[in-house]
Amino acid sequence: MVRIITSDKIRETVRDLCIKANVRLRPDVLAALKNAYRIEADKRAKRILRAILDNAAIARKESLAVCQDTGLPFVMLGIGQEARITGDLTRAVNKGVEQGYRRGYFRESIVRDPLMRGASGYSPAVIHTEIIRGNKVKIAVLPKGFGSENKSQSRMFNPTAGIDEIKKFVVESVITAGPDACPPYVVGVGIGGTADYASFLAKKALLRSIFRPASRVPAGKAGGRPTGHIKNLEHDLLRRINGLNIGPMGLGGRSTCLGVNIETSPTHIAGLPVAVNISCHALRSARASI
Amino acid sequence: MTIKISVPLDTAQIKRLKAGDEVLLSGTIYTARDQAHKKLVEIIRSKKRLPFEMRGAVVYYCGPTRTPRGRVIGSCGPTTASRMDAFTPALLIRGLKGIIGKGRRSLSVVKALKEQGGVYFLAYAGCGALITRYVKKARVIAFKELGPEAVRSLEVEDFPLIVAVDARGNSIYG
Repeated sequence: MVRIITSDKIRETVRDLCIKANVRLRPDVLAALKNAYRIEADKRAKRILRAILDNAAIARKESLAVCQDTGLPFVMLGIGQEARITGDLTRAVNKGVEQGYRRGYFRESIVRDPLMRGASGYSPAVIHTEIIRGNKVKIAVLPKGFGSENKSQSRMFNPTAGIDEIKKFVVESVITAGPDACPPYVVGVGIGGTADYASFLAKKALLRSIFRPASRVPAGKAGGRPTGHIKNLEHDLLRRINGLNIGPMGLGGRSTCLGVNIETSPTHIAGLPVAVNISCHALRSARASI
Repeated sequence: MTIKISVPLDTAQIKRLKAGDEVLLSGTIYTARDQAHKKLVEIIRSKKRLPFEMRGAVVYYCGPTRTPRGRVIGSCGPTTASRMDAFTPALLIRGLKGIIGKGRRSLSVVKALKEQGGVYFLAYAGCGALITRYVKKARVIAFKELGPEAVRSLEVEDFPLIVAVDARGNSIYG
């Protein structure tokens, strides 16, 4: 049944999600950080993890941004094919972002012109839409800081490439990020599709809880069905990355990576696109369904 | 052991510091990041007057959020230092003694720190809310038009830092 959803409702939801995402660290990320703190053997690494946990508690309690880099918001809209949206959807999302960021006293980090730069503001966000079944609109907001976004990589492999080559590429992407992008990291990986779609999937992978295995993710719209081998790949990469001894702030320790999330998609017989999107330990996102 | 230091950093304080030391810094420091660095170096090249005394100064790579009502400052953690690498030697030559950021530095920055007797510190990365605790006063002093990238003077008290590159050129990253 067709449902009417006003753009005002979308604006308000985006506004609230921006505040929530920036102030409250995601429960799965918080749990992973607590676990990292528990198992960390290096004294200095443990002190840094303690500071990271204290920071999350202060941010939540005092309604402060978890990180001053409140990012460039990546907004995913899943629009039910039976939802009818009144008003201007794109404008509503960007207004919501602006209002949320203003209300939260967040940082104006977005320049309108990438070359001329100029004064920075709160919008526009990067908006992706997917058509989904039903009559609801699902919204996810992921404010992505650029200390880690700057470490993103993508590569077009040959279709005959072995899985070891892909592992090597992901691990090397983390080595390249090294101490600079606020480890312990969460690593998003997109495999398949096209060059652009793999990069999108790498980012989208960061939206998934780091404790939710890939095998349980429903098949994507393109019919991709991640199975056991992806889950194994996630585990293997996590183990390898945590063996790098980069550690919190890059000063050594067991905790280099909190989780590896992989999203896959069917691809062409001639290629194998792989993209890596690294997140700092302050992986922030919030979602709602209206 | 934690070492207490204060700004302006003099040679005696700087000489004591070794890569890996944990310190508590007090005094007035200045925020500056990408665009402010570009401007500062332009000012130095054109021999104009800098907005703050560089001799003995400490610069913090930080662009805070807006300041919530009733607070001194918003979330204010360090940003990635390597983006400032190209500008840093010029500031060190002008007397800059301390730098606070996160992540690695280029070989030319390490060399300049050694030659000019400066120190590069790490602040707890991704802990912008926690760091508000150590900031007692904050004021925009230059390049207001840069918004979050404007130069601010921050009065800090016992700001916890880790020495990443000392004045002998030794680095915590090896």
